[in-house]
Amino acid sequence: MTAPASISIPDLETVYDHLATAIDRAGPQKTELFLVKLALLNANALGDAGLFLQNIHAALQDL
Amino acid sequence: MHTPTRTPRHSIYYTYRVFAPWLPSAHPAQTRQKAVIVGAGPAGMVAAMELARHGVPCVVLNAELQVSQGSRAIVFTRRSMEILQQFGVADRITANGLPWRFGNSFYRGQRVFRMEAPHDQDDRFFPMINLQQQYLEEYMLDALLANPLIDFRWGNKVTAVEQRDGCARLDIDTPEGSYMLDADWVVAADGGRSGIRAALKLQMEGASYEGLFVIADIRIDLPLPTERLAFFDPDWNPGNTILMHREPHGIWRVDYQLPAGESPDAALRPESLRARIDAQLAMIGHAGTPWEMDWCSVYSARALTLPDYVHGNILFTGDAAHLLPIFGVRGANTGFQDAQSLGWQLAFVIKGLAGTALLANHSAERVGAAREIIDEAGKSTRFMTPPTHGFQLLRDAVLSLSLSQQFVRPLYHWRTSRPHEYTRSALNSHGDDNALFKAGPAHGAPPQNVRLGADDFLLDHLGGGFDLLYFSAAAAVPEALQQVVADARARGIPLHVIAIGAAQPVAGADQTLPDTDGHCRRRYGVAASGGAYLLRPDQHICARWLTLDATRLQAALNTALPR
Ligand SMILES: Cc1cc2nc3c(=O)[nH]c(=O)nc-3n(C[C@H](O)[C@H](O)[C@H](O)COP(=O)(O)OP(=O)(O)OC[C@H]3O[C@@H](n4cnc5c(N)ncnc54)[C@H](O)[C@@H]3O)c2cc1C
Repeated sequence: MTAPASISIPDLETVYDHLATAIDRAGPQKTELFLVKLALLNANALGDAGLFLQNIHAALQDL
Repeated sequence: MHTPTRTPRHSIYYTYRVFAPWLPSAHPAQTRQKAVIVGAGPAGMVAAMELARHGVPCVVLNAELQVSQGSRAIVFTRRSMEILQQFGVADRITANGLPWRFGNSFYRGQRVFRMEAPHDQDDRFFPMINLQQQYLEEYMLDALLANPLIDFRWGNKVTAVEQRDGCARLDIDTPEGSYMLDADWVVAADGGRSGIRAALKLQMEGASYEGLFVIADIRIDLPLPTERLAFFDPDWNPGNTILMHREPHGIWRVDYQLPAGESPDAALRPESLRARIDAQLAMIGHAGTPWEMDWCSVYSARALTLPDYVHGNILFTGDAAHLLPIFGVRGANTGFQDAQSLGWQLAFVIKGLAGTALLANHSAERVGAAREIIDEAGKSTRFMTPPTHGFQLLRDAVLSLSLSQQFVRPLYHWRTSRPHEYTRSALNSHGDDNALFKAGPAHGAPPQNVRLGADDFLLDHLGGGFDLLYFSAAAAVPEALQQVVADARARGIPLHVIAIGAAQPVAGADQTLPDTDGHCRRRYGVAASGGAYLLRPDQHICARWLTLDATRLQAALNTALPR
């Protein structure tokens, strides 16, 4: 198994800011819808249901 | 006293015929029957015809004096037509139905998905054909009433059933009072509210969905082709789904989902129906077009099946055995397959050609089919009427993404009813060459139709027993194979041999199809002379060989008819 590719710190910071700004732009009524759309787009980009399920599992931790 | 209505049911396009009840006083004392079918819906009628086809007489009981109320099933699939063709009713359906193969899904005024069901040159029938269920029942009924082996009894309602000593006793109420009828086998084809299922206290497994739909048939002149139309989350009905289908006789089916919490009574108020149907017409650009209501009701999706269709001498079939969501047109279309499967396997048991293991196989195959359908239909239903907040969010996200993102659009696919493949059937041969084929229908699959010429298709030539498709250019079927065929026939097994690929009639074959261009061989993946397929009486494949020999043909027949 190869180690999963990980995002660089500067890129992560970019994602952080853009995601936060986008959530604010979507507004409280549409936040959930926006995040689900985003998740589906990322699932498509990943092209790997198994990896996506792992991410679901990780995101459900410590809510 | 059972008093079914003698008033013709209301319809603006169908003229109901009311039949006279069958009265016990007009008939001699009742002897024990081999098979009694309770219910004369699509499933009961196909079961009766399939039994009769194998020479087994039966009694068919129908509580009512006329065919079914309101229009129910309107979409019939290719496989249903291939089954109905075997009973001589497909031509009338073709003559009067509306064939189609495209479906469209709309969101925010944009067509976000177009389904194109394949229509092969080799198919006689379209993927789908629309016809109101009353007509379909009428055509089947005409075939039933003309069959001397079928004793059809109108106005006979089963009120109780008791099983003892390998026999079932039915209490039957009629307009002049009740009588009793004993039967070796009872087929419970008494529909979704099966009284027999309730009497036996049998539980179904699966899911029920909360979303309620109004189903309305209206007469309206709309200049639109026969295609399925689905509208998601329109302004006039936020969050909900609307479906439209064209039917013959200028009728359209409009299904629309109700806002959560609205009661069926409120939804069926004339003002409510008018306002919503008008809003839907306005949305598709036909505001103000006059229309007239034929019939309407409220429906909720259920995906349930009995875990076993055989209970002693009582066999469940059609809606009595399972309740399937209408999304994907599964009720009647599944019922035809159930009932044909039941019909031939019960006939073979009654005739002593196989043991009751065959009925256990029937149950396993059809419960497997129902479970597969429940799984598939569950996906469609969860998309059409999301059951929880999470499903609602995902559905809405897909709708929203579908305006710009191609990859989510296939999720609109409706997963239309298709025939189940009995891949793991106990009747499939073990020592054949199934795994070695590179093309053609595999173990358990329904047959591949092949166009042989103008108005001439392979399936026109099959059915009514086992069919051995023997691919060969030789002048005769080998002696040893002919001997196995002759032995099987001597035991009473109906077995037809169809030689494919010789210009002259082949000795030892019942029919010869020349297949001059080799097209049939190619579709069946047969490269050389001597290849063969064995089809069961329901035309599903149970064995296939690259080179057939007598020993393996005998083995396949033994496996297909367990003792
Ligand atoms: C609104 C709607 C739309 C539908 N659309 C489609 C579609 O497009 N495609 C599709 O494939 N399916 C569709 N279906 C489903 C389809 O109508 C049913 O699945 C089908 O009719 C079931 O056939 P059946 O023979 O099992 O039962 P039924 O058709 O319900 O027949 C039951 C029979 O049993 C008789 N009976 C009942 N109790 C007794 C008794 N005690 N004694 C004697 N007789 C009795 C009844 O009189 C009747 O003859 C739809 C259903 C509805 C409600």
